[in-house]
Amino acid sequence: MGDPLRFRADEPHDEPAVTLDAFLGQSNATAVRIESGEDARALLPHLDRIALVEVSFPKFRDGRGYSSARILREAGYAGELRAQGDVLVDQIPLMRRCGFDSFAPEAPVDEAVLAAALARYDHHYQRAADPAVPVWKLRHG
Amino acid sequence: MYKYDEYDHSIVAARVEEFRDQVNRRLAGQITEDQFKPLRLMNGLYLQLHAYMLRVAVPYGTLDSRQMHMLAHIARKYDRGYGHFTTRQNIQYNWIKLADAPDILADLATVEMHAIQTSGNCIRNISSDQYAGAAADELTDPRPWAELLRQWSSFHPEFSYLPRKFKIAVIAADEDRAAMRLHDIGLQVVERGGQHGVAVYVGGGMGRTPMVAPLIKDFVPFEDFLSYMEACLRVYNRYGRRDNIYKARIKILVHEIGADKYRDEVEAEFAEVKKLDLDPPRAEFDRIAAYFAPPPYETGLSDAIDRGDPDFAVWLDQNVAAHKAPGYAIVNISLKPVGGIPGDASADQIDVMADLARDYSFDELRVTHAQNIVLPHVRKADLPAIWQKLADAGLAEANLDLISDIIACPGLDYCSLANARSIPVAQKIAQRFSDLGRQRELGELKLKISGCINACGHHHAGHIGILGVDRKGTENYQLLLGGSGAEDVSLGTITGPGFSEDGIVDAVEKATDVYLRERAEGERFLDTYRRVGMAPFKEAIYG
Ligand code: HEM
Ligand code: SF4
Repeated sequence: MGDPLRFRADEPHDEPAVTLDAFLGQSNATAVRIESGEDARALLPHLDRIALVEVSFPKFRDGRGYSSARILREAGYAGELRAQGDVLVDQIPLMRRCGFDSFAPEAPVDEAVLAAALARYDHHYQRAADPAVPVWKLRHG
Repeated sequence: MYKYDEYDHSIVAARVEEFRDQVNRRLAGQITEDQFKPLRLMNGLYLQLHAYMLRVAVPYGTLDSRQMHMLAHIARKYDRGYGHFTTRQNIQYNWIKLADAPDILADLATVEMHAIQTSGNCIRNISSDQYAGAAADELTDPRPWAELLRQWSSFHPEFSYLPRKFKIAVIAADEDRAAMRLHDIGLQVVERGGQHGVAVYVGGGMGRTPMVAPLIKDFVPFEDFLSYMEACLRVYNRYGRRDNIYKARIKILVHEIGADKYRDEVEAEFAEVKKLDLDPPRAEFDRIAAYFAPPPYETGLSDAIDRGDPDFAVWLDQNVAAHKAPGYAIVNISLKPVGGIPGDASADQIDVMADLARDYSFDELRVTHAQNIVLPHVRKADLPAIWQKLADAGLAEANLDLISDIIACPGLDYCSLANARSIPVAQKIAQRFSDLGRQRELGELKLKISGCINACGHHHAGHIGILGVDRKGTENYQLLLGGSGAEDVSLGTITGPGFSEDGIVDAVEKATDVYLRERAEGERFLDTYRRVGMAPFKEAIYG
């Protein structure tokens, strides 16, 4: 697997991500991986010491990770948030909106297709975890 | 009717372009069918027995004549000259070529239509009361609420890969014409302290495990509406089962953890998401509601109708409903001619209905979950002329809510999941009861047929339901009695062993005989069944 696709300016974090159990059991880990069924809220008391959260997507159909990402961003997490696993190019724009800023797809992603997909929508109906201003706000200020 | 502004246009146009790109990548072999499937499903494209099937969204079942003409155009140009109106208030085309799909979506976009989220594990097209804005009994027009939901749910980034599909219905009258409590979320607009808000029911559905949605919250004001929906969906997205697709609908989650626990989870989530400024301001509600303002009704119209023609009078009594404005009425156009395919209409018929809407109904039409079409606002004085034009087009069947107004799913004639055919059974029953006088004697009788346990034909909610099953390789039909999708919602009960295709028609007839024998003054079939119970029916059917 190559380097993750990153949408962040900072340097990649080089400490390996540990499991949620391991993370909760040791006070000095700074990178953690959560499985799709694990509760992202378990991380909330520790956000200030985390630099990388990797969220696993075992199957592209398993959408739990989208909620995990939003929960972390809504709680103020500002570190790297990586989607890893069965991540398809057409899903990345949605994942970006949920707050992911780093991607480690199992199958390679065509960069040109991804660039077109990310540029495609000028407007979004609802507020999410990205800076996009929802359409209702544009309508009414 | 809602009209797109620049933002709506830009979003739908982007979607058309996105799907064209996805289809091109599929046709070029850059993505596998397995990877393409969820993408095409989110655009309403299914691979069926003979061809691709395309579902076009009709948001809350409302359309204008331009859109209706476009549906006829698509039927002519890309299909075999007809379309199929569905129980989800949408239209479906059964003979589509994959390579044509992007052009169809581009054609649809020219009239503000699309196929977004008409399938897939996402929030589906929102359904509503087909009499919205016209019904004499409604509190308010439910469609502004439905339009808010349409916008909020379109390409929702968090809820596009839910455990399973998700269907929401909104009504605003006590009479439920939309099977509201048989949806994943059912909403009823209600009033409290002079304010409108919604009562929220969660976890209804049909399929193999039918359930009636319990009340989760009796009142959510507009200010919290979308935050509350967000919380309801987030709890489902996180905790809905993903290990077994037959247990993945929200009804199973609500049933397994219980309505109280589900409510607690939603309230806790709501407390979090409410901080996020997800709710549009009142001005957005008002902007949308303005599009649904009542049309400019004429005043001083007479309520008199010339009942001279006896056939017209029968149609009038059966298919025309009360309107809130004096001098106006609601016309139901039955797509259930005896011997026809329930819900099918030819391109020419679709054009006729579009013209009638333009000329007589303030340019509005509705699709109903019973697979019929409604002209919501017609002057009573125009009814004879409308009836004549419908009759000329083969659209004046006077059977609304009678035994031949059958809901039937596509069944084995089209559907790859089917166990049995539904359409021929519907046709045989309609033929058996083809005498309209006899149908009217039987009164309101909702008969619904599904070709397999998935229940697309709402058989659980039929006063009489029919379920196609596979019995040792032959088609077999089970009979259910006592279901209802209306405000007196209930699930039907299986009578006993199943029947052959002809046997089921006989069994239905025997059930109606029991009703005629047992009924008390003013009782419908359903009322009699509820009073006397299953025993006399069983005895007549199997005795
Ligand atoms: C022909 C292809 C179709 C396929 C493959 C299909 C597939 C399914 C499946 C698998 C379910 C069960 C979902 C579950 O319980 O989780 C279902 C339910 C349902 N479908 Fe279809 N369907 C088809 C056509 C239709 C049509 C034409 C309509 C509208 C007339 C429709 C409306 C519904 C409704 C109302 C339900 C039950 C309500 C619910 O619990 O969601 N389906 N369908
Ligand atoms: S009920 Fe079964 S047979 Fe009928 S359309 Fe649905 S999946 Fe197909």
